[in-house]
Amino acid sequence: MDDLSRFKQTYFDESAELLAVAEAGLLRLAPGDIDMDEVNAIFRAVHSIKGGGGAFGFNDLVAFAHEFETVMDGVRNAEIPVSTELVDTLIRANDVLARLLAHAADETEAPAGTTDDTVAALRRFLDRSGEPADEAPPAAIQAAAGFYPDDEDDEAGIFGDALAAIQAARDDQPARAAGPVPEGKVRWTIVFRPKAELLLSGNEPTYMLRALRRLGEAEVICHLDRLPPLRDLDAELLHLSWTVTLLADPQVNRAQIDDVFEFVADDCDIRISAEAPPPAIIVPALIAPVEPVTPAPAVNLPEPVASAAAPATPAATTSGAAKPGDGARRTNGGTDHAGPATHTIRVDLDKIDRLVNMVGEMVITQAMIAEHLRDLPPGQFQELLEGLEGLAQHTRELRESVMSIRAQPVSSVFSRMPRLVRECAAVTGKEVMLVTTGETTEVDKTVVENLVDPLTHMIRNSIDHGLEGPEERERVGKPRAGTVHLSAAHRSGRIVIEVTDDGRGINRAKVLSKAIEKGLVQPGASLSDEEIDHLIFLPGFSTADQVSNLSGRGVGMDVVRRNISSLGGRIGVYSTPGEGSRFVLSLPLTLAVLDGMVISVGEERFVLPLTNIVESLRPKPADLHGLVNKCDVMMARGEYVRLVHLHRLFGIPKAIDDATKGLVVLVETEDGSRLGLVVDEVLGQQQVVIKSLESNFRRLDGVAAATILGDGRVALILDVAGLREMSRHGSGTGAGNGNASGSTPPSPSLPAPADKSDQRQRQTV
Amino acid sequence: MKKKVMTVDDSRTMRDMVSFTLRGAGYDVVEAADGQQAMSAIATNKVDLVITDLNMPVMDGLTLIRKLRAIPAHRTLPILMLTTEADESKKAEGRAAGATGWIVKPFNPDKLVSVVQKVCG
Repeated sequence: MDDLSRFKQTYFDESAELLAVAEAGLLRLAPGDIDMDEVNAIFRAVHSIKGGGGAFGFNDLVAFAHEFETVMDGVRNAEIPVSTELVDTLIRANDVLARLLAHAADETEAPAGTTDDTVAALRRFLDRSGEPADEAPPAAIQAAAGFYPDDEDDEAGIFGDALAAIQAARDDQPARAAGPVPEGKVRWTIVFRPKAELLLSGNEPTYMLRALRRLGEAEVICHLDRLPPLRDLDAELLHLSWTVTLLADPQVNRAQIDDVFEFVADDCDIRISAEAPPPAIIVPALIAPVEPVTPAPAVNLPEPVASAAAPATPAATTSGAAKPGDGARRTNGGTDHAGPATHTIRVDLDKIDRLVNMVGEMVITQAMIAEHLRDLPPGQFQELLEGLEGLAQHTRELRESVMSIRAQPVSSVFSRMPRLVRECAAVTGKEVMLVTTGETTEVDKTVVENLVDPLTHMIRNSIDHGLEGPEERERVGKPRAGTVHLSAAHRSGRIVIEVTDDGRGINRAKVLSKAIEKGLVQPGASLSDEEIDHLIFLPGFSTADQVSNLSGRGVGMDVVRRNISSLGGRIGVYSTPGEGSRFVLSLPLTLAVLDGMVISVGEERFVLPLTNIVESLRPKPADLHGLVNKCDVMMARGEYVRLVHLHRLFGIPKAIDDATKGLVVLVETEDGSRLGLVVDEVLGQQQVVIKSLESNFRRLDGVAAATILGDGRVALILDVAGLREMSRHGSGTGAGNGNASGSTPPSPSLPAPADKSDQRQRQTV
Repeated sequence: MKKKVMTVDDSRTMRDMVSFTLRGAGYDVVEAADGQQAMSAIATNKVDLVITDLNMPVMDGLTLIRKLRAIPAHRTLPILMLTTEADESKKAEGRAAGATGWIVKPFNPDKLVSVVQKVCG
């Protein structure tokens, strides 16, 4: 059986997933609102854990899972009403199951009594539903709890009233074949007359005849009496019947013969009879006590061992005879090492990362080839250019496929939150309802993994600081239970995750005074509402009146922001006093490659993420309006849009300043606000490989990352939301230290040209 | 030629074990995680036997059996139900749906092989 132990790891992995499914389902289970699909999913999860556990002989675990499953089955059949107490018990049961699995995985024994309390609690629900709790476990459980049940008759059986059919057939003896039975043998006569429809259940009589042949020397006679004339023949119906005379060893018992016909007993007329030499010779040879030990001449020998009705058949009977399976397994034993092939494979993440990197380099190489061939006279190298077009297309598809390998739905993170909410609600004494949407949204694995901590902080924060207690909520006319809404969606090629609560909103006066008190803001500074809201992201800020168990250690939101920005993401907060707060996280979908538009400003090249671009246009002088504070706006599609001159922002010489002479690229940030970037020229669309600026240089405002263009030049990838922040400061609207986007001063100079030659060298190597 | 068996089960462990056991006995095995997947896989794979779990998400085993039997090409395809549910009504339902036979899990590998041999040689 050690053959199967190789699946233990799969089993543990799968069980971990199933536990998570069960837990998520249990957390959603509430009195009065029962989703049967959900209940079924929980049942299935526990059931699968039990099933696999049985295969590996984890008896404690199987016994416990059975208790758990029995209660779930009661819930499924509406015999046990769903109550908060029930849900709590089931969640506890799920935890116990997890512990038992952990012990099984470590190959350690769970401490005695681990399951006692929970089992008792589970059984109480059965009592109430009217089922006796101390009822002996049904036969199926005993089978499941065994390693491999020796009792074969429990493992496969006969349909419906097949047993009765066999019984009836046995009583009706056919004429026996003549001739003496050789010593030490039993002669069986089997008359097998299947119904015409037998084939339609997928059964094949020839296999049954073969199976009989494996039990001894068989003589098969085929009867053609029911065969219709050819023109009446329906090929899907069976017109044959057989008589088999089987000379078998005495170890072969009636059960084994019945077993051959077990699936078809209802679909055929079958008569089985046995004839043995005088018992004096046979009895000593018998192994199984169920065989007739009566000394009387046994004409109708042996007594049938009814398969389903007599599970007491001793192991010796079933394991002694040649089982066809044994032979087959042995002869094919050599192929065992081939192992199972599955639809999923586990791959080392490093390998995938290497693949991602190679694809990245390939994207660059493809871009370089395209660059070199751009100036070829058209027409002359038509095929080459077409081929190149195809290469570009395939490269893009390859990139997407590789990225999708790393993509995972955020549900793995979201599914942890219901539990968190439950715990937080319990600690704070608040009533909280968690609503999640967009769990299936996929994002790079690294991003998913790094979302756990920030989301945990944010949700705790929403419950602890945002939501009011039930009494206070009632006073202000809100439902007692507060709602925290967790959502994920793809927007502008990024993933946007929002945590919204319907609590009291950010208390700006309190935040401001606290910030002044902590020296984070100069007294007397005038901050906009938005800027005050963003103060909560500053290191060392905390507004909780007393430090609670949950949050309020003054590290939460600061850490959140740091985590998020290390992933190339941003966090924003929108709050309305009395109505609630909304935290918006925006993160890149992948950390490797991006579809960009290359633009030029003076001698410099920049890349704009394609997903940010709305359109590019050349404004007429009438569209432009100067404002007093040197901030230009443009009328675009009936809307005023702030203009940002990239050359001013980055201090680039010899660039076009007049927007009517250059181009305006209209861009949109994740929150929907628009900005017009004044550039010299739009050079074209290109896939670029993201090279982190932080790890190679340092973080710059308005710049998301860097890349290497087809001609080997380094270009900066612009961060549109960052540019908007910078342009605001450039126009002198707000207080400098209220800036949420960090402490780096705006207008950094570009990395020196030396960087570029470095990169060029790297390219030529 | 090797016979091809399709194992349909939402439990990866169970699929792996069925696959492993049957491969060891010289069968080709294809896998599907639910009835729906089995239906689409069977459209492109010629299989000699289907072994299906009953309780699965998306499309359960009984529905799968009924759908397969409704397709003329699969009217005589052997279909075994692999289930832990020892209750008689499930078996009767399976039989009515057109199942060829059934095996209770956790299965003894030898038993599985012998049942498979019994229905597809």
